[in-house]
Amino acid sequence: MQFGRYVLLMQRVFAVPQRWSMFFKQVVQEIYKLGVDSVGIVIFISVFIGAVITMQVSLNINSPLIPSFTVGFITREVILLEFSSSIMCLILAGKVGSNIASELGTMRVTEQIDALEIMGVNSANYLILPKIVAFVLFVPVLVFFSMFFGILGGYFIGWFTSIISAETYEYGLQYWFSAKYIGYSILKSMVFAYIITSIASFFGYNVRGGALQVGKASTKSVVNSSVLILAADVLITLLLV
Amino acid sequence: MIEAKHLIKSFDGKKIIKDVSATFEKGKTNLVIGRSGSGKTVFMKLLIGLLAPDSGEILYDGRNLPSMNKNELNALRQEMGMLFQGSALFDSMTVMENVMFPLTMFTRETRQKQEKRAKFCLERVQLKDAADLYPGEISGGMMKRTAIARAIALNPQYLFCDEPNSGLDPKTSLLIDDLIHDITQEYNMTTVINTHDMNSVMNIGDKIIFIYEGKKEWEGTKDEIMSSENKKLNDFLFASDLFRKVRELEQ
Repeated sequence: MQFGRYVLLMQRVFAVPQRWSMFFKQVVQEIYKLGVDSVGIVIFISVFIGAVITMQVSLNINSPLIPSFTVGFITREVILLEFSSSIMCLILAGKVGSNIASELGTMRVTEQIDALEIMGVNSANYLILPKIVAFVLFVPVLVFFSMFFGILGGYFIGWFTSIISAETYEYGLQYWFSAKYIGYSILKSMVFAYIITSIASFFGYNVRGGALQVGKASTKSVVNSSVLILAADVLITLLLV
Repeated sequence: MIEAKHLIKSFDGKKIIKDVSATFEKGKTNLVIGRSGSGKTVFMKLLIGLLAPDSGEILYDGRNLPSMNKNELNALRQEMGMLFQGSALFDSMTVMENVMFPLTMFTRETRQKQEKRAKFCLERVQLKDAADLYPGEISGGMMKRTAIARAIALNPQYLFCDEPNSGLDPKTSLLIDDLIHDITQEYNMTTVINTHDMNSVMNIGDKIIFIYEGKKEWEGTKDEIMSSENKKLNDFLFASDLFRKVRELEQ
């Protein structure tokens, strides 16, 4: 039943905007609100996780049989293939998803959505489509930031703690590198961005009641989008490997 | 003119609106009164098309709302203005932007003309100085006035107000009532107001409909209401000590 309601909502969302000028203005605002505002946390988490991955790999493959550049190689693979897309989107499901669900939920309980409907505005299209478009378009930028700063975090920790030299780390980063991994990661993140924004919008838009239900909708949106991101991750990996 | 004919609405098998018919005339403030939970808000939501009736007709100058397609409904909605109980202003926009919103969305006029119209509407509700403030920075009365300015921005034919005085002090309530009444006559609109504020009833009730447990129990004017013999209406009216004393004095 929930799925049916989700499909019906998406039918209303993916309609031609009533005013293109307002739509583009909103997309820009949402890019700033959902995307640019997330750059800080993405950089912060990526630097630290990149450093931890490098340390963990370095400590756990401390064997004469495995070349030391493997640390850089594994750090790159983990960051490019999983961390910067899947794990980062799981984190963003919390930040961006709860933001969207609570914003739309509050608009619903304070009758702002009803006010739009009364004016003859397709409220689902007006409120949700710019969020989906903005985040799907901007998420590759966040993924790039995450990749760059994750790898930089590994580089810094090697430099500070001397667990791996800069040259060896760089060699590992370049070893057997395939650019399609970046495209693969961006494709995944765009699917996840759609999941985060549409699921959060669904739960926020359909809130009934008051402040308590807005909080519940926010939690539901994070839980459901996280589960769907993980399921989609498996599916996309199966299809693209 | 708006005509509601034999409206019925149920939720989970329970009838909330039970065969209500009413006519709301142009240029008059039509009040729908009743106790909390009597079905006033559901009735208004049916009138404005936020809820679909189980059966019955809602005619806007002859156009039946329940049988309209999406485009016809959207066109009709641009002829409606609505003042919500909590004002329903957009939090992220300033007072000016709130009033500008319907103009930007639905008119093809230049930005200058839109701004001129928005300023005129704000002046009409005496809020010119608050144009750059956000809804969170203004009082409840100012929020209601902003909502009225937004509702009249597109020169609507029909104005709906849900509990326009809730949460306001008596003096501000009077101001809002007078504003709605004046605007109704000025623009010759069909105005429907949901209220249980007896001051509004006596002040601006050109026509009054009393709803009791989902049924229309009485209808008349503000001059007729005090002398009504309807027991349910009298129980509702004279629940207020003030009105009881007024009646006693009159008698």
